[in-house]
Amino acid sequence: MAKSIGRTVWEFLDERFLISTLLGFAGKKTVPEHRRSFWYFFGGICLFLTGIQVATGGLLLLYYTPQVGAAHESIQLIMGGVKFGWLIRSVHSWTANILIGMLFVHMFSTFFLKAYRKPRELTWVSGFLLLVLFMAFGFSGYLLPWNELSYFATRVGTDIAGSLPLVGKGLKTFILGGPEISQATLSRFFWLHVAFLPIVALALVAVHVLLVQILGMSKPIGEKGTREIPFFPDFLYKDALGWTLILVLVGVLCVFLPWEVGAKADPFVPTPLGIKPEWYFTFMFSTLKIVPAHILSLEGEKLAILGFLAGGLLWMLVPFLDRRAGRGERSPLFSWIGLALATYIVVMTVLTYTVPKL
Amino acid sequence: MTIRPIRFLAAAALFAPLLAFGQKNGCIDCHSQLDGELKAPVASFATDVHREYNLSCPDCHGGNPNTDDVALAKDKSFRGAPAKGQVPRFCGGCHADAAAMRAFNPALRTDQLSQYETSRHGQLLKTGDTKVAVCTDCHGVHGILSARLPKSTTFPWNIPQTCGRCHADKGLMERYKIPADQRDEYMASVHAKALFEKKDLSAPVCNDCHGNHGAFPPSVSSVASVCRQCHPSAGELFSKGPHKKAFDEIGAGECEACHGNHKIGPPSSAMIGTGSGAVCVECHDQGSRGFDVAAELRRTLDGFTAHYGEVAGLLSLAKRKGVEVSDAEFRLQDVHTVIVSAENLTHGLDTAEIDKTVADGEKELLGVRASAVSAVKEASFRRRGLVVATVLLALFAVALALKVKRMGRARRGEGSPGDPGPKAP
Repeated sequence: MAKSIGRTVWEFLDERFLISTLLGFAGKKTVPEHRRSFWYFFGGICLFLTGIQVATGGLLLLYYTPQVGAAHESIQLIMGGVKFGWLIRSVHSWTANILIGMLFVHMFSTFFLKAYRKPRELTWVSGFLLLVLFMAFGFSGYLLPWNELSYFATRVGTDIAGSLPLVGKGLKTFILGGPEISQATLSRFFWLHVAFLPIVALALVAVHVLLVQILGMSKPIGEKGTREIPFFPDFLYKDALGWTLILVLVGVLCVFLPWEVGAKADPFVPTPLGIKPEWYFTFMFSTLKIVPAHILSLEGEKLAILGFLAGGLLWMLVPFLDRRAGRGERSPLFSWIGLALATYIVVMTVLTYTVPKL
Repeated sequence: MTIRPIRFLAAAALFAPLLAFGQKNGCIDCHSQLDGELKAPVASFATDVHREYNLSCPDCHGGNPNTDDVALAKDKSFRGAPAKGQVPRFCGGCHADAAAMRAFNPALRTDQLSQYETSRHGQLLKTGDTKVAVCTDCHGVHGILSARLPKSTTFPWNIPQTCGRCHADKGLMERYKIPADQRDEYMASVHAKALFEKKDLSAPVCNDCHGNHGAFPPSVSSVASVCRQCHPSAGELFSKGPHKKAFDEIGAGECEACHGNHKIGPPSSAMIGTGSGAVCVECHDQGSRGFDVAAELRRTLDGFTAHYGEVAGLLSLAKRKGVEVSDAEFRLQDVHTVIVSAENLTHGLDTAEIDKTVADGEKELLGVRASAVSAVKEASFRRRGLVVATVLLALFAVALALKVKRMGRARRGEGSPGDPGPKAP
């Protein structure tokens, strides 16, 4: 009887959603296996962490209040008064940071394996845009607890945006919803964090994953082997193993280092010394601090910001610039550029936390 | 109008600022070429507060600054530098003249000279003692800065040093038969700690108790009023309590009798009781009622403080273990206020009031303690949960790893006992 009902339900759903066809596709899907296939797992880890972000973010919405007078108090309630609230918030914050780190690893591994080459140009572009979106997630989410650090880091961040030539002042006013950080800022950061960015990011994730499914995993240039493993279940099991290890790491971090609430933001106190943005912005932040005041009679800071924008655009267009990789040939120049950039990001990030007054 | 007058007016307008710029000050021109103390005023006057109001050398010293000739410069109006004994009246020429001061700084008081003349310094100066402090000893001579500026000799955190220049000079103070350790004693006090460590500019320095221009040591009858300027609550309680009458009878200086004067330590319940460090035993002998009350008060306060310490420790432990306890910490601050309040009540010695305050505090403390205990249990629960979750996840990971390994072997056709091997396409 139960079997018969189950079969009827299955047939009903299969007829409408073409599940058999999809499973047939998944069953035939394979993933190349070679000495560098380890790097394939970072995409799955990013997707898994994104899922955790959506789930925990949705739960936090049940108690978070996006108002200047209540935001910090609601976070205190989540951390101290709501059953397992501390776990949900800590998982959300820790996985957000791990996710950004994994996105960087995923992006650079893709870059060094030249997986962006034809026909996967759009997979690379959508991936790069996803990194930018997740950094925007981090920037907007950082202010929501309305604590001292987040308040002043946001002020520093928006001041940088405000120093852009021509559009800076208007852009800063648009981001803040006025001349200073206020309720208007908190409202639009909240809207950005829970409505606009999730919709755009989920659409882009769908495009990115769809492209990966249609085009499959890229094999590195010069990889001669033809070994492949089924995506389902072999690769998925390996993916799940990685996710499980990430979960253990997140659990340990949440229990021993639960994400702190901090002191409530007070706009009238002076900016604390050594205020820094989130770690993934520090390589740009520190660059702006060390850049000379004037370069060839132009303002150094503005030039550096324009440099980052231009650099980001070029990085996104790498698949179209690296013609050799597009022809399936090695392109050491791009590998060196990528290595230099990765080294610069790591070194500047480390220096930000180790060199006093940087 | 013809073109020529227009040209003339244009040229005048162009060169007028240059003429003004070129206006000379003979005093500065000459003194800047001299050496030592005759040159010093030129450099130090550059930052002097009087210069901000466009005052210059002749405004104090007279003379004609518009000439290079020394004899002509020292004309009939020239007053030169006053003798030390004349300095208060020299400065008071403007500073005691309300009409003159209104032209520069109407907010500045004009009673400094009259106050000075009533001060110990002023009284001794009248007797011809020129070793005492006059205006320039505290404010400087040509480099006088507004007292609002941190570099000023009369800015709060510079005052102990300014007064100490004379009052910490043993040789000088011997002459007046007063001790020279006040500055060192003050620097060891709770007031100095508030000023120099917490940067609390409202903390008292020498002039807040002794007065500045009318400086005078507070006598037994006035010392309590001096302290009450900042500690009105303790003063009011003391006035209502039994000690007031007793102190008046023996001629003891209220606050000073227990807290001292310059080296005032941080107030604590350690000052109460019958043990070492307690001030009660200086008057109350063993067996007296005062002795017993002191011992009882100490027991009450110590018990309360010990409970507070225990709860604070529990909260700190829970916080270190990552549990959010800010609400309990906030309530603990309220309990700390009760401790301060109970300690303050000892000035009035109303034991019933003290007992009631402590009982209310203990009640509040019980609530905080429950939160602290719960927070510590929560920390333990989290750790146990982590262990269970990690073990389950580790088992799951091992199972997955074994499965992956087995599938790998099956794909390569190695097989293993009980393994069905690869599926046929």
